[in-house]
Amino acid sequence: MKPFAFARPGDVAEAVREVAAEPNAVFLAGGTNLVDHLRLGVARPELVVDVRTLTSREITDLDDGGLRLGAASTNSEVAADRRVWERYPVLAQALLAGATGQLRNMATTGGNPLQRTRCPYFQDVTTPCNKREPGTGCSAVGGYVRYHAILGTPGALPDPTAPETCIATHPSDMAVALAALDARVHTIGPAGVRTIPFVDLHRLPGDDPSRDTVLEHGELITAIDLPPLPEGTRSAYRKVRDRASYAFALVSVAAVVDDGDVRIALGGVAHKPWRASRAEEILRGGPLTEHAVRAAMDAELAAAQPQPGVESGNGFKIPLVARTVAATLRGLTEEQP
Amino acid sequence: MTDLLEPRAIGQALVRRDGEAKVRGTATYAYETPVEDPAYCHPVQATIARGRVTAVDTTAAAALDGVLRILTPFDAERLASTEDAEYAVLQSPEIAFRGQLVGVVIAETSEVARQAADAVVVTYAEQEHDSTLAVDRDDLYAPEQVNAGHETDTAEGDVAAAMATAEVSIERTYSTAMYHNNPLEPHATTALWDADAQFLTLWDSTQGVHPDRAAVCEVFGLDQEQVRVVCPYVGGGFGSKGRPHANVMLAAMAARALPGRPVKLALTRQQMFFLAGYRTPTIQQLQLAADRRGRLQAIAIDVVEQTSRIKEFAEQTGVPTRMMYAAPNRRSTHRLAALDVPVPSWFRAPGECPGMFGPEVAMDELAEELGIDPVELRIRNEPEVDPETKKPWSSRNLVRCLREGAERFGWADRPRGRRDGDWLVGYGVASSVYPTMRQATSTATLRFEDGRYVAEIGAADLGTGAWTILPQITADALDVDVADVEVRIGDTRYPTASVAGGSSGTNTWGSALVVAARAFRDKFGGSPADGDEVSGDVDQAAKDDAHAPYAFGAQFVEARVHADTGEIRLPRLLGVFGVGRVVNPRTARSQLIGGMTMGLSMALHENSVWDPRIGQVANHDLAEYHITVNADVGEIEALWIDEHDPYVNVMGTKGIGEIGITGTAAAVVNAVHAATGVRVRDLPVTLDKLLPGLP
Repeated sequence: MKPFAFARPGDVAEAVREVAAEPNAVFLAGGTNLVDHLRLGVARPELVVDVRTLTSREITDLDDGGLRLGAASTNSEVAADRRVWERYPVLAQALLAGATGQLRNMATTGGNPLQRTRCPYFQDVTTPCNKREPGTGCSAVGGYVRYHAILGTPGALPDPTAPETCIATHPSDMAVALAALDARVHTIGPAGVRTIPFVDLHRLPGDDPSRDTVLEHGELITAIDLPPLPEGTRSAYRKVRDRASYAFALVSVAAVVDDGDVRIALGGVAHKPWRASRAEEILRGGPLTEHAVRAAMDAELAAAQPQPGVESGNGFKIPLVARTVAATLRGLTEEQP
Repeated sequence: MTDLLEPRAIGQALVRRDGEAKVRGTATYAYETPVEDPAYCHPVQATIARGRVTAVDTTAAAALDGVLRILTPFDAERLASTEDAEYAVLQSPEIAFRGQLVGVVIAETSEVARQAADAVVVTYAEQEHDSTLAVDRDDLYAPEQVNAGHETDTAEGDVAAAMATAEVSIERTYSTAMYHNNPLEPHATTALWDADAQFLTLWDSTQGVHPDRAAVCEVFGLDQEQVRVVCPYVGGGFGSKGRPHANVMLAAMAARALPGRPVKLALTRQQMFFLAGYRTPTIQQLQLAADRRGRLQAIAIDVVEQTSRIKEFAEQTGVPTRMMYAAPNRRSTHRLAALDVPVPSWFRAPGECPGMFGPEVAMDELAEELGIDPVELRIRNEPEVDPETKKPWSSRNLVRCLREGAERFGWADRPRGRRDGDWLVGYGVASSVYPTMRQATSTATLRFEDGRYVAEIGAADLGTGAWTILPQITADALDVDVADVEVRIGDTRYPTASVAGGSSGTNTWGSALVVAARAFRDKFGGSPADGDEVSGDVDQAAKDDAHAPYAFGAQFVEARVHADTGEIRLPRLLGVFGVGRVVNPRTARSQLIGGMTMGLSMALHENSVWDPRIGQVANHDLAEYHITVNADVGEIEALWIDEHDPYVNVMGTKGIGEIGITGTAAAVVNAVHAATGVRVRDLPVTLDKLLPGLP
């Protein structure tokens, strides 16, 4: 770990100013991801700015019937909020599927979606990684890819030596639920305040795998809004993992279903929470039969690129995610009286 | 034959004597040893898998405030013995595996040591490395012997002929993964070199203070009188602290570089995946031939596994096949690939643990082929005497364990491909075995002191219960209340004791304590005076060579597999064991359940994923290397039958530390097969291997 300066400013504006002024500065909230990376040498900031107490910790009703989650509210608090588990069960379930009680007590609404993509080579500073050290190449391609992406990667097998290559996945469960709920992200940054659709917060590697989100340097999440859902909407989060708890998803599915409309977000398959827009489009207005869902997922996954690697690669994710979507939607439709 | 001790304290479920101190956090572990003004070490590790260090630039590291010393292969002290290449730390610039020690920073704080270690710049001349284990390598070789002194190969009769003529035969290849020990307490040492007295003190987390000292003395050319090793408590070892690893030598070397100043060195979790030993992956080619009634005509296992290029460790994977079941034609072989990999070593039940995977799945496959209940198939192949040595068993109650377990588990009504909602349900069974061992050396002294009996022996308690059960044995040997007995362990100032390994601790140390107790009574009668003292050696205890001593068991598993996703949950595990006399049911149950838990962890999760491109474990931390969690399993139950074995030792104990991990993974695989029809022959059983076979 490299020594760094630590600041605890008095308000959000000051925090933004301090981070914006130092190119190698980071915000610290719950620290459940950043502190790991500090210890591993993956993150090597000059300045760490603690914003834990600067943003709201409240969960408040919005006039439109939605809910506002203050950025400092913890994962535990959000998951336990009656309004959340009654109106947005997909979110409560996703939160409770993540990490451990101890981590959920620390992790925050603003911080959870900003955890870095996950990859054992990113976390190991002795191996090349385009995300950690741009231009050094990607060690994951052809290596241990069990948790890696099948969507949003180039059509052909990626070139491990190319500077844009990254096949890591975003590990947040919460973010998958927020993507399915069409949440909105409020931020404040050097350029002022703005609101970003949650589905646009995270980005694919593109030509710069070092960036996980569209946030500018010094831009801080202040709250996340959950839009109201029509009466009778049902939702669920299904996480499939190698052990029953305390593991990242192999794949996960957040599904929101109301009369004639279905929203599906996938976790563990891409550099960002993956909204299954093609499948949604095909299913919209029609009955959610097993056959229809499988056909829709076939279309969604047509461009999926299984990654070869040690221990047979990650091609199993393609049938797994299709089966998990089918099972999740079956559960939501069968429950209906 | 021995008249066993009359059990009075033995058999009581006494609470752990060290329990309160551990729960309250006052039990002192190696790294926490209170010493004055300690310095802290952080190792520097090689980032290539083969080659040599051409230069080490310590300029930036040495410039950091608080850095005291940096040792490299070019300036570290020369060791007295470099015969054991694992221990020859910083003696040569040659790199034999990625993660090898190439330096150490000693600093005022652990943070500065770590920062400085990161700032050391090592330059290499890299060579091609070769770290891929495969059954068709052309350089596999037969070691002179395999671990624990077993023969490399054995053969009897003609397996090939039996395979060709038998009514039923199966030939299958199974594999187990690479596994890394991850005791809660990492490998850690506090070390102090007194240059004036030429005396080294090591507070080390070890499974044996005396073996630890012997290794350090050899490497540094010190006399035993010059080294003291202290280790009252161990936060788990599982074999990985049975032999010291390079970290202990590095800590001692660091202490000698900073005379008079205690130094502390704890491996990080990530470092443990390079430096603390591991279980080799194994490839097991099994052949079984049988008649229609299920009587085995042949049983053979050919094992391929790996060792490091610089030091051989040959896991005795084929050994349990030599004695488990009757068959007139038999063969076992071991072949090794010497690779550019870290040094493998002991991991709970070396040999028996992987070696009870392939054969016990093969037995299930044979049972299926024959249409015979797998419990019954095992019973039909019960050997009258040890098939390997032809000696009678000291006691063998496998059949009782199988029957008792089947009865309790509801085996007769087992579901076959039953579906319960979204879940597919199946039961599986496998046998367990572990040899009963006693080490050749251990001594105990027994002294009457302030109205109490105080025994001293350099034994180790890895969390197993030695602090508690050794007084129980001693009390019965003295015929006194256990409250009047204290047994002190974990220090080379006490008499020599063997390693806590091979499930031999209780058998060995207990025997020495009984010898001492009886000698004490013979010498001083029932009313000793303060200060009366004797010692007893294990080699004075009765020994039986005429029988084959083993513990046996049977494990039953219920598996549920999600029909959509292939996720596996285990609602029930039951183990029934014949382990001789149980000294303390509380600590014994903990040992057996712990072994079974580790076995199910091996079945479902544990897997050091080797990346042969760079020559290291890709998932080298506990976020990625999965160990089983409570939520994977419902109920784990361990029971034992009453077993009287007058041949093993005077306590009638067989050792319980390792048998629990043997057979579990096979029982899980067999249960998953019963649930899904999918036979997984390569561990771990993960959902991707089941998906193609699901509805």
